[in-house]
Amino acid sequence: MTELTDLYQELILEHNKKPRNFHRLEPHTHQAEGFNPLCGDRLVVELSVQDETVNDIGFVGAGCAICMASASMMTEAVKGQSVAAAMQLFDAMHGYLAGQGTVLPPGKLAALAGVREYPMRVKCATLPWHTLQNALQGQDGTAKTE
Amino acid sequence: MNVASMTINPSLDTARADFPILNQEVAGKPLVYLDNAATTQKPKAVLEAMQHYYLWDNANVHRGVHTLSQRATMAFDEARLKVQRFINAKLPEEIIFVRGTTEAINLVAQTMGKRLVPGDEVVISALEHHANIVPWQMLREERGIVLRVLPIDDTGQVCLDQLPALLGQRTRLVAVGHVSNALGTVVPVKTIIEMAHSQGIPVLVDGAQAIPHLPVDVQGLDCDFYAFSGHKAYGPTGIGALYGKKTWLESLPPWQGGGDMIRSVSFEKTTYSEPPAKFEAGTPHIAGAIGMGVALDYLETMGMAAIAAHDEMLCRYAADRLAEVPGLRLIGTAADKSAVVSFVMEGVHSHDIGTILNSEGVAVRAGHHCAMPVMERFCVAATTRASFGLYNTMADVDALVVALGKVRHLFR
Ligand SMILES: Cc1ncc(COP(=O)(O)O)c(C=O)c1O
Repeated sequence: MTELTDLYQELILEHNKKPRNFHRLEPHTHQAEGFNPLCGDRLVVELSVQDETVNDIGFVGAGCAICMASASMMTEAVKGQSVAAAMQLFDAMHGYLAGQGTVLPPGKLAALAGVREYPMRVKCATLPWHTLQNALQGQDGTAKTE
Repeated sequence: MNVASMTINPSLDTARADFPILNQEVAGKPLVYLDNAATTQKPKAVLEAMQHYYLWDNANVHRGVHTLSQRATMAFDEARLKVQRFINAKLPEEIIFVRGTTEAINLVAQTMGKRLVPGDEVVISALEHHANIVPWQMLREERGIVLRVLPIDDTGQVCLDQLPALLGQRTRLVAVGHVSNALGTVVPVKTIIEMAHSQGIPVLVDGAQAIPHLPVDVQGLDCDFYAFSGHKAYGPTGIGALYGKKTWLESLPPWQGGGDMIRSVSFEKTTYSEPPAKFEAGTPHIAGAIGMGVALDYLETMGMAAIAAHDEMLCRYAADRLAEVPGLRLIGTAADKSAVVSFVMEGVHSHDIGTILNSEGVAVRAGHHCAMPVMERFCVAATTRASFGLYNTMADVDALVVALGKVRHLFR
């Protein structure tokens, strides 16, 4: 087993304490809700998209530190990006955490890489990303981590 | 093969030695197992009895005339007697072997349910495990019954004074948990049974969390049904028991159809066996029943009164020690509690607590404990739950408190 501090890195604890873009977004063009029935993590992601660009993004909800930090870092990472780039980030995060890729997620998101060593916690980190994907794909209903 | 012939320590002080699994390290620290409400560990005596069965006696029951089948049948029948004795049922045929509490409750819901009509009512409490909620909701879908829920107060105890208003002409059953798995509340089921019986209403008790912690006497309680799982009482998974009063078991229709539950079959007509066979279609979990019987013997040897006192002492000690942890709030503070402490910590999600405790070797459960309505009642998404078994000690509680200090440190 890896060190606990690989999972709870300073950056993650800090984002959990002071989540970025932690607010509702009005008006928004895209929205989705995410829920993990196993642990009760729940969040809403809202985006304002224009000309295929994520102009703004916000989220609200409650969950464990991994989920909250992942959501917070996600909003920072996709803000100002094209929708295609945001989807690529989803693929990178999801792929790595699901144990498929070996390429670390880019930039600060690499701080979440340690979650991969904790199979029971991977879904905590991927829930915000599934919710983002659902929002961008305009799917109704609640995102799950399956 | 009985417990007396095996090496056990008939004292709670040394009981730990009977559970080899506890003697290991997790994350480089000695394992502190505090997830007993989810499932308990199994003493060597249980494992040995099950292995002995498979090594020497394995055969199908109630069938062959050969020696192995006779041995298997005798051991299986003896296990039923052990369950009968343990819960003080009047007759062995009042014990039905099932997969566990969940199956026991579903058996009653499915068979009794066949006779229910739209508008009939079933009363449960707000403390129930999903296993004692969902089967009744399914009946609501299928047969249009009405589900009424006895509320709980801020300590996590049922509001007994509100029960009379819920019992009426159309109440067909009260189904209530004996001990809450989420909070540890000991529910005054005897009073509930008296109140229901005074109006001729039968009562099913979900005893999953009571059997390993309290002396249970089904005749003393006068309950109509009592359900429990072997694996929460130091026995194997995949086996449990449903106690039903003989009159009920005779009057209810059979449940699953198959071998063993029939007296004679022709394509025109089948006549059913008497209970318990009537409710035990197919080859049973023979080794499981034997293992559960030995587990109950083990509990008897330790003494249920001693176990109850030990669990209560640990529960109180834990509540006191946890009160020292900054920002920690206990959920479930009923006067009568058994073996469970459930809590939340300000600013830290229970899932994070669970992971950090595990890195200190401390195994607890984080989540809603299959009792989402209880979580909702206390406005929390989840709690961290430490639940005690007979092998736990005050030192285990101390280890929990030290590990929680680490949580505080990390999330300062
Ligand atoms: C109070 C209660 N009822 C029912 C159950 C279900 O038991 P099983 O999963 O063994 O069928 C449990 C187990 O968690 C429980 O604690």
